Amino acid sequence: MFPAAFDYRAPSSLAEAVDILRQRGEEAKVMAGGQSLIPLLKLRFSQPALVVDIGRLPNLAGVERKDGHLRVGALTRHVQVESNTDLRTLCPILPEAAHWIADPLIRNQGTVGGSVCHADPQGDWGSVMLALDADFVARSESGERTIKAADFFQGPFTTALRPDEVLTEIRIPLAAHSAGAYNKLERKVGDFATVAVAVQVEMNGDKIAKAGIGLTSVGDRNLKARDAEKSLAGKQPTDEAIAEAARLAAAAAEPKADVRGSAEFKRDIVRVFVQRGLKTAVARARGGQ
Amino acid sequence: MNSVSPNLDALARHVSLKVNGAERSADVEPRVLLVDFIRTNLRLTGTHIGCDTSSCGACTVLVDGTPMKSCTLLAVQVSGRSISTVEGLAAGAAMSPMQTGFHEEHGLQCGFCTPGMMLVGTALLEHNPNPTEEQIRWAISGNICRCTGYMNIVKAIQHAAAIKAEAVKAPKPEAVAAGGGQ
Repeated sequence: MFPAAFDYRAPSSLAEAVDILRQRGEEAKVMAGGQSLIPLLKLRFSQPALVVDIGRLPNLAGVERKDGHLRVGALTRHVQVESNTDLRTLCPILPEAAHWIADPLIRNQGTVGGSVCHADPQGDWGSVMLALDADFVARSESGERTIKAADFFQGPFTTALRPDEVLTEIRIPLAAHSAGAYNKLERKVGDFATVAVAVQVEMNGDKIAKAGIGLTSVGDRNLKARDAEKSLAGKQPTDEAIAEAARLAAAAAEPKADVRGSAEFKRDIVRVFVQRGLKTAVARARGGQ
Repeated sequence: MNSVSPNLDALARHVSLKVNGAERSADVEPRVLLVDFIRTNLRLTGTHIGCDTSSCGACTVLVDGTPMKSCTLLAVQVSGRSISTVEGLAAGAAMSPMQTGFHEEHGLQCGFCTPGMMLVGTALLEHNPNPTEEQIRWAISGNICRCTGYMNIVKAIQHAAAIKAEAVKAPKPEAVAAGGGQ
């Protein structure tokens, strides 16, 4: 298989990239690692006139701590997150989720930014960023703007990015006494999630100050389980509180039956994974105190 | 949605790669996949096309030493970088430790997945010279063997690790060239 013909630009600076997108954004697709886009091009689901390869832009890869948050550059490869040992204590949900994305070869080339911009409802990073309440930083010729994760995912393969914008980084707030967990059910390595659940908690003493819950593969986009999140705020993480949050998250899921399982099965996996994730996250957050 | 240019030559880009140590270049359309560039333009057919949907790993090559799926890369995307294919493993007539491992442990049946498996194994041992069985299985988890010869593939990579460990202990060039300890 090979893609339909397209023109190709590989800008060497961000300024050049946004200039190209200002002129031709409507007919262009931005490519980072290409691990989602190239399969779409090959199947001809996507036939852009122009591919803008941002893979050569400098200073957009890597994870760093800055002003109380984590800055994940858009071109950070999954393997860089997976193998970052600092993150295992700083923000354990990130390497845990990275470990289960696609397969090792794809993780060597695919990027966090490319993955979230692809906005596959079965993608893993979207749910993680929803649970973390991350901010997405978009650059265009007219400047920079920040988009909340909850506003970023608008539907299947659809984000809030404009055609003239490129994602440059993701900012993740780093609170003390916080941790998360990512639980994913997949049939085999490389398959998309049957269901996955991202959970992040911030503890205040023996109570949950704030909880974030993101759901993968159970809707037309990565879903934020807001009612479940709210039900936990200010509560002690008792079995009852966790069970109630899990029930609310399962109710918020919109699973569809497919080859990976029935809707009822998937909804119940959400319930189980929210419980499991909350217990792990609380234990990790307490361990960090 | 799309306006396919009637003049495809006008879209062509100059792609220049170092392949198994040698500079290779050609003018190709941006849509040419790395695997097709390697097989068709460079006539190196050891890199296989299996699923063509980035699921099977038969097309694995090393890009600057890192294993990737060449069916899911554009040739133009990796222009300027170093590519290693299965043809680059042997030093002349002397098999690499990984090839010797696959030979000794019967690490292949039909051989279709073998180039990818050997390249992934080679890259693994570069940064983890003594991997556990679990680490080997995780490393090859993006590569499918349809003969289901995984047991022997794991043994082959372990065998290669042992050869390399021997070679470090007694780094005689002729022993390395012979695959070591045979």
